[in-house]
Amino acid sequence: MFTTIGIPVIIIGALGLVFGLILAFASKVFEVKIDPRVEEVLSTLPGANCGACGAAGCAGYAERIVNEGEAVNKCAPGGMEVAAQIAKIMGQDTGAMEQKVAVIHCSCGGYNNTSWKYNYEGVESCKSAANIAGGPNSCSWGCMGLNDCMKACLFDAISIDANGMRVIDYSKCTGCGACVKACPRNLITLVPINRTVFIKCSSKEKGPDAKAVCGSSHPCIGCGICSRKCPVQAITVENNLARIDYDKCINCGLCATVCPSKTILDLMAGQRKKADINPELCIGCTICAKVCPVQAINGELKQVHAVDKDKCIGCEQCVAKCPKKAIQMV
Amino acid sequence: MGYFGELFVMAMTAIFIQNFVLSRFLGLCPYLGVSKKLDSAMGMGMAVIFVMTLASAFTFLINVYLLLPYGLSYLQTIAFILTIAALVQFVEMVIQKNAPALYKSLGVYLPLITTNCAVLGVAIINTQAFRSDGVTPYNFLDSTLNGFFSGVGFTFVLLAMAGIRQRLEKVELPKAMRGMPIALILAGTMALAFYGFMGFNI
Repeated sequence: MFTTIGIPVIIIGALGLVFGLILAFASKVFEVKIDPRVEEVLSTLPGANCGACGAAGCAGYAERIVNEGEAVNKCAPGGMEVAAQIAKIMGQDTGAMEQKVAVIHCSCGGYNNTSWKYNYEGVESCKSAANIAGGPNSCSWGCMGLNDCMKACLFDAISIDANGMRVIDYSKCTGCGACVKACPRNLITLVPINRTVFIKCSSKEKGPDAKAVCGSSHPCIGCGICSRKCPVQAITVENNLARIDYDKCINCGLCATVCPSKTILDLMAGQRKKADINPELCIGCTICAKVCPVQAINGELKQVHAVDKDKCIGCEQCVAKCPKKAIQMV
Repeated sequence: MGYFGELFVMAMTAIFIQNFVLSRFLGLCPYLGVSKKLDSAMGMGMAVIFVMTLASAFTFLINVYLLLPYGLSYLQTIAFILTIAALVQFVEMVIQKNAPALYKSLGVYLPLITTNCAVLGVAIINTQAFRSDGVTPYNFLDSTLNGFFSGVGFTFVLLAMAGIRQRLEKVELPKAMRGMPIALILAGTMALAFYGFMGFNI
């Protein structure tokens, strides 16, 4: 009786006990201390796992912040609010955070302003279409209009207007960069939200070639006029395509007015205020005249200066530089 | 037949002829669950190879030195499950401490396969398996290697499945067929293809 029941019970029991003891012992010896702050940081992050911070997901970013001292302001969807909360947990400064938004650098992609090479009837995906004979549109650099960016957007920030063009809603765009990765033509970049001038073309074809295939007839022809006219040298032309360096760009919109192909979109066109010098405060230091990129300010040293309203492009360079705060935008 | 011939037979049997997933129908849960992306399938496969090899080795020892001498073969399942679960837990702790990089790639999959039927399956099959002469039961090395090859077989079909499913993502399917239905049809078709290996005598 004992041998049939007792021995199995003892052996299996002993087996369990031994394993239990080994595990209990091992959990002490091989204990890995997990920082409780990782959990805390993770709970403040939005949990969209968008990857804008560079980590694989929110959990990965939380771990990096705590263990590797990663900056706390990299969560684009969370913005300043989340950055401030994380900074509180980590006991450090938030650091400046620049809100960025996505900009599509192509003005094609609509129902009427894309010229087609063939009629694509495959899977509704830009990635798939781009693989067939270089894409269905004549311009092999431009938007194919199959909305991979829209599908990639976690925040419904991209919508289609009446003409079939994709429009980015600045109030919803968090600058996470999911659409940037989704676009097989690399048409989308992230731009600081306060910038208003964009080059709406990504074609690296030579001028005539780009013009021949562009559906919206506003391709960048690489003439370089914008680059020469830019008061702060923010535009470079490389491979027949102009590019704005948004670290330098001052939103003056001069490039948009000189572009012969009308490729450059200026959101503030016609809305810019002109500079006006208050004669009572002006001391005639000539600083404003020196910084003005278009020589719109005239005046002798120690004399009251005046702004030529026709020349002024509203770049606000002089406002920032005036030591007496004598210049206002009106 | 030399020992290498024996090994070749064992490997071919474990990977193709008696594949764990497609002929024995063990380990179907991770086969369908973790086969959506190639990289996670790779991680899972590596974890399965790792656990199967270790489990084969340890359950062999438990079986030969504890269960057989006392005539307790009928307790095989419970003893093996206990051993495998404890072993995986232990290994998980060790690599978390000593090899954080390995833990990052395998760690999430290890708890998932602790009580996986394929792992228990290989342990039980090892106790009943014979070498190609039909008389010699598997020894310690045979069992361990059989565990390894079975894991390789599992990984092989898991990767094949993940590769095909990744491509299926881009295909426009009728709504009712998307996701699991097409995966099951795919699994059936693959099993049918592997059926062709049945009855091979090496």
